[in-house]
Amino acid sequence: MIDWGPLILTFKLALCVTAILLVIGIPLGYWLAFSQRRIKPVIEALVSMPLVLPPTVIGFYLLVAFSPSNAFGHWMRESLGLQLIFSFEGLVFASVLYSLPFMVHPVQSGFAHLPSSLRESAYVLGKTRWTTLLRVLLPNIKPALLTGAVLSFAHTIGEFGVVLMIGGNIPGETRVASIAIYDEVEALNYGIANAYSLILFALTFLILLTVYLVNGGYVKRMWR
Amino acid sequence: MIVIQLSKQLWGAGGPMQLELDLSLTTGQIVAVYGKSGVGKTSLLRMIAGLMQPDRGRIAVNDEVWFDDAQDINLKPQQRQAGFLFQDYALFPHMTVEQNLMFALKRKQDAGIVADLIALTELEELRHRKPATLSGGQQQRVALARALVQQPRLLLLDEPMSALDHAMRRRLQDYLLLMHRRYQPTIVLVTHDLPEILRLADRMLIMDEGRIAGDGTPQEVLTSTGGIGKFQFSGEVVSITREDVVCIVAVLIGKDLVRVVADPAEIIELSPGDRVLVSSKAFNPVITKLNDFRDA
Repeated sequence: MIDWGPLILTFKLALCVTAILLVIGIPLGYWLAFSQRRIKPVIEALVSMPLVLPPTVIGFYLLVAFSPSNAFGHWMRESLGLQLIFSFEGLVFASVLYSLPFMVHPVQSGFAHLPSSLRESAYVLGKTRWTTLLRVLLPNIKPALLTGAVLSFAHTIGEFGVVLMIGGNIPGETRVASIAIYDEVEALNYGIANAYSLILFALTFLILLTVYLVNGGYVKRMWR
Repeated sequence: MIVIQLSKQLWGAGGPMQLELDLSLTTGQIVAVYGKSGVGKTSLLRMIAGLMQPDRGRIAVNDEVWFDDAQDINLKPQQRQAGFLFQDYALFPHMTVEQNLMFALKRKQDAGIVADLIALTELEELRHRKPATLSGGQQQRVALARALVQQPRLLLLDEPMSALDHAMRRRLQDYLLLMHRRYQPTIVLVTHDLPEILRLADRMLIMDEGRIAGDGTPQEVLTSTGGIGKFQFSGEVVSITREDVVCIVAVLIGKDLVRVVADPAEIIELSPGDRVLVSSKAFNPVITKLNDFRDA
């Protein structure tokens, strides 16, 4: 019988990360789409780094930074009561960084592809930037928001290196499905590894299929 | 009175261009701005609306200063109370016709105006439709109605009719005149349609290379250019046919095909597709008493 713990933990992690990324990704994507500051390329490069860096690099630096034997990690533990290595909170933090481009890129390009006259006409009508964002821009980039949310979710399910580096393999705390699979294979429990793998395979396929169905307008057409 | 003094470096198709304007507009008038593409017409509207910042200058609407670089005043578009009709209409795709108009309401403004405008532009049947399901002319009416919801004192129209066919244009011009009579805004209308100017405008400005090249009533401006007492039209040669001793040249002038008799010697250099000037010298001179002519 397989242990459902790692799977549940995986989805809990993915949900937390996606929720946090929605909150961070919308303002960041907005800023990247419309700002003309000179520092923008630097921020853009930083946001995209997780796409090309080996996850172990990110994991390694986070491990070093958050280690309680370092000043920063020590301060985090003493004053905020947060321990970010070998803990669920740490996994969430690392995964948010690691999946950041998967949320920010769709949102940014969604904003950038809206005709600028939409924003300008709301401004001329006396609407503040905030009202314009909430009532004009966001409703018109729903597909981008959905894409960003789902890609972040799916990408968090699929991560391995970062989790292994700073989370380790603590059951119920940091032992997510991808780690569990690796573990079972090492212990030669191919049957259990296969069960986990198959579930992840099927679920991620279904999630991505849903996005393409919704964004391609297939679902809307079926309702008519 | 609306005072507009603007100076701005623009980058047009042919390199940098300096826009220098000094205008004063009479409140309540319809002013048409005419000119080729890329001479700064849209930029003028955008600077008045606050969507583009001039390098130097001053914009004052009825003694309220909207922009003045000397005093460091630059009101945001939100504070300027101007209506703007964009060339692409800029309707909000996720809202119905009625929601588009409701969204335009000011805080605490009476929503009754929305119903008035919907009735005035005959949009009752379409009020629950989304913009994507409307024709160009219908979208244009919605956009015009939306620009009027706040009853702006100044309405800026950027080639509002350019995408519409002839009959639709006439109808929309009627709507625009109706609205103008009702709410009396000052209107600045960018267009390159001369009949539209003659129908709508009290005043006409010709812009060229960022400057005003002509200013006056449409009749004055249009007759002062080429008003040399002969008919002349420019058109495009469609075909040339030889018949006995003469040739018939078919020329497309505006939307009309005109056949012109020509001497074979005249057509040597002509071929279909050429731009030509068709003119007729006055065979019947007309004598008119001079004091009836003010600006002859």
